[in-house]
This record gives sequence, C-alpha cells and structure tokens, in this order.
Amino acid sequence: MSSVVEQVWATLEPLTDPEIPVVTLRELGILRDVSETAEGVEVVITPTYTGCPAMGQIEDDVKACLAQAGIAARVVTRLAPAWTTDWMSDEAKEKLRAYGIAPPHTTRPAVSVVKFMRHRPVPETVACPRCGSTHTAVSSQFGSTACKALYKCLDCQEPFDYFKPY
Amino acid sequence: MSAIQPSVAQDRSKQASAPVGGSAPNAVGSVGAPIDYLLHLADNAVVLGQRNAEWCGHGPILEEDIAMGNVSLDYIGQARLLYQLAATRLGGDVTEDKLAYFRDDTQFRNYTLLELPHNGPLVGYAVSNRDYATTITRNFLYGALMVLVWEALEKSPDADLAAIAAKSLKEARYHLHHAADWLVRFGDGTDESHQRAQAALDHLFAYTEEFWTPSAAEEAAVASGAGVDVRSLRAAWDGIVNDTLTEATLVRPEVRGYVTEGKHGRHSEHLSYLLGEMQGLARAHPGATW
Ligand SMILES: [Zn+2]
Repeated sequence: MSSVVEQVWATLEPLTDPEIPVVTLRELGILRDVSETAEGVEVVITPTYTGCPAMGQIEDDVKACLAQAGIAARVVTRLAPAWTTDWMSDEAKEKLRAYGIAPPHTTRPAVSVVKFMRHRPVPETVACPRCGSTHTAVSSQFGSTACKALYKCLDCQEPFDYFKPY
Repeated sequence: MSAIQPSVAQDRSKQASAPVGGSAPNAVGSVGAPIDYLLHLADNAVVLGQRNAEWCGHGPILEEDIAMGNVSLDYIGQARLLYQLAATRLGGDVTEDKLAYFRDDTQFRNYTLLELPHNGPLVGYAVSNRDYATTITRNFLYGALMVLVWEALEKSPDADLAAIAAKSLKEARYHLHHAADWLVRFGDGTDESHQRAQAALDHLFAYTEEFWTPSAAEEAAVASGAGVDVRSLRAAWDGIVNDTLTEATLVRPEVRGYVTEGKHGRHSEHLSYLLGEMQGLARAHPGATW
C-alpha cells in the first residue's frame, strides 16, 4: 500500500454509520476501496439499500473528513458488486449485538424465486441481543429502517431490531 | 416512443453524484439498454413508491406504517438509480430530477396498475377510504413480476443495468415476501379480510395483462440484448401467484377484455393527480434544495 493510500484509510477509519454510530463505514463494507489513479486518489463507497437516506450523509461525511485532513481525493459511488451484509466483520457484528441490534445471519444461497416462494423460509431463529434467548418472534419484516426487521424476545419481553441479511 | 424531452429546469446545485455500475465504466460499443426501457423501469418504481408513501402516518397499524415507508424508500431509491443512469446516458443538462419532476403524465411509462388509488373502482365523484387489501394485493402482483425481472436483468450485458438489478433483486425479495405474507393472512383470515382481499384481486387482476404485451421500448431492449422478454416470465409468475392464492384461499379471477396501456403513455386519470402532488413543489420552486 502506498503511503497516501494508507493515510486515506487511516483518516477515514473513525467515520461511523450515521444511524448506527458504533460501527465504522469500513466495518460495514460501505467504504470499499482507496486507490491511486492517473487522476489522483480515488475513494470508492457503495450504497447499502438503494433508498437508504443515510447514503447522502455518508458521502458528505467522507468528503468533509478528507477535506479537513487536506487530502485531495475523488469520492466515487459504485454499485457492483452489490453490497451485502456478508461483508460485515465478526467484530462489527459483535458491536451491533452489544449495541442492541441482533446482527445479520449469513445470506442464504440464491435460489430461484419460484423455489423461494414455494419453500417460503420459516422466520430465522434470531437470538435476543439482550438476554441471548433464541425464544424470539418476528413482529414485522420492516423495522426502524429498511435494513432491519422488528423482533421481540419472548423471555425477557424486550423488542429489538434484527439487521436483515442482504 | 417519443424521445424524452425534459422541460426547462434549473440544475440542482446539490446534485448527488451519480453512481457507476460495474467496476469499469460502460465502454463505447458495449450493450446499453434503450433509454425508454430504463424510464419504464424507473417510472414503475417511482409511481408505486409515491403511491405507497401515502400510507406514511396513516398505516393500519404502526408496524405496517413503518413497513410501507421502508418499501417506498426502496422503490424511490431504485427509481433514482435508474433515472441517474438514464440522465447520464442522455447527457447534456439532463438530471434525475428533470426526469422525475419535469416530464408530464403522457411521458410516463409505468404500468397503469401502479397509479391506481388504494381502493376499488368508484363511480363519478365518489370517494373512498384507502383499503390496505388493495395495497397489499397490488404489491404482491407487481412484486412477483419484479423479482423475475430483476433476476433476469441481473445477467444483462448492460453492466450498469445489471448492477442496479442485483441490488433491486435483494429488496424485491423482501417486498414480495412481505406482500405474500399479508395476502395469505388476509385471504385466510376473517370473513371481512377475505372478502376485501378477494375484491381487491377481482379489481386489480385485469391490469396485470399489461405485463405480458411488450411495448416498443421492451421490444427494443430485448433486441439490444440488454432487456428481458416479459413473456418468458409469465409461467414463473403464474406459479408464484397461483401457489400464493391457493394458500390464501383466494380465487384467481378470469381476465378478458381491455388491456391497459400505461407503459405506452396512455394512463388513467389517477396518474395526473399523483404527479400533481409529486411534482408540484419542484415545479413551483425549480432548483430548490434543502
Ligand atoms: Zn431477551
């Protein structure tokens, strides 16, 4: 890694998700790449959900952080390969759990949609992030944001968010 | 198909940077989907996103209020990516906002199904409360189509479109799952919920005929290699729909007669009102940012 690329990674490391301030953009897999190109340094970010309202804020945060550090770099948004929760590190998943959000399971292998409907998956077993019980039930497939489902723990009675596999 | 001629509009000073799809920019000479095809996909998403967003703050229960807000955000996000791609390819001073806010109703290429209000057919000046069975039934019928469309377009040689499809597919699976679950709950629920789900199905099903007759834009997309022939998806769609309706104890209506032509730009009166609300602010204050 060139020194400038290393410097950019280090500069951007403290940036966290605007809605989940305990995980960094790098840990979430939103900050994808830093490279030196013929036109200068390029920082690549990728959106989570297409309609995620935090993406504009994230792009602004990255640009402001670079400007503050006096680093001239272009910020590029790239769609492919599509963001997936599988990119989240185990460390990030543990931070989510400690924050009260059940971390995402690994995505299921892609099956054709006809099979997807015929064998509609039973709701996943999700452990309560507070007491660890797997005696939980889904309340709604869409929670406080598109990326989360709403669950409740049937043992400690706490409602909680589950970060859905994407 | 008329070329898209966005009306005069000032640039937004704070335009989000348009994302690029594949790891390399689309090279000259590679396959690119026709603009009208991108707009057909985008208009579908923005119109249903706008329609479903009407539930925001008025949902039948809190969880569904939130769910419909999130589904709408997904649709509007997908529409933005498609409009941004179309705007980039059109070049000049075209932006996603010009495409969304400064085209008139007859320039929209969405299915008529998606612009209908959340209630059954009404006569004259009659008004009705929104009916959630109508909302769910429409989301199910369209959602079942879109998982198939995005599955096919994920493999499109148009790398930018394929990238949008790969993301949209992940969201469309959740949308379909959500709508199918509720349709089964309504159909196999109380007498009242069953009756309303069946009425919504009887009202909406004829509009799905529009899915299966390709428009000029769809034919051009298939000819270019970038699009999918909708007729090839019909058997799989029938499978999803029939299985779910059986589980929901609902009866699939017999369909015959007039086939709507929203994707050709010939719409019901409902689209004009929807666009009036969606476009009014941008047209009253062109270039406004917040
Ligand atoms: Zn618990």
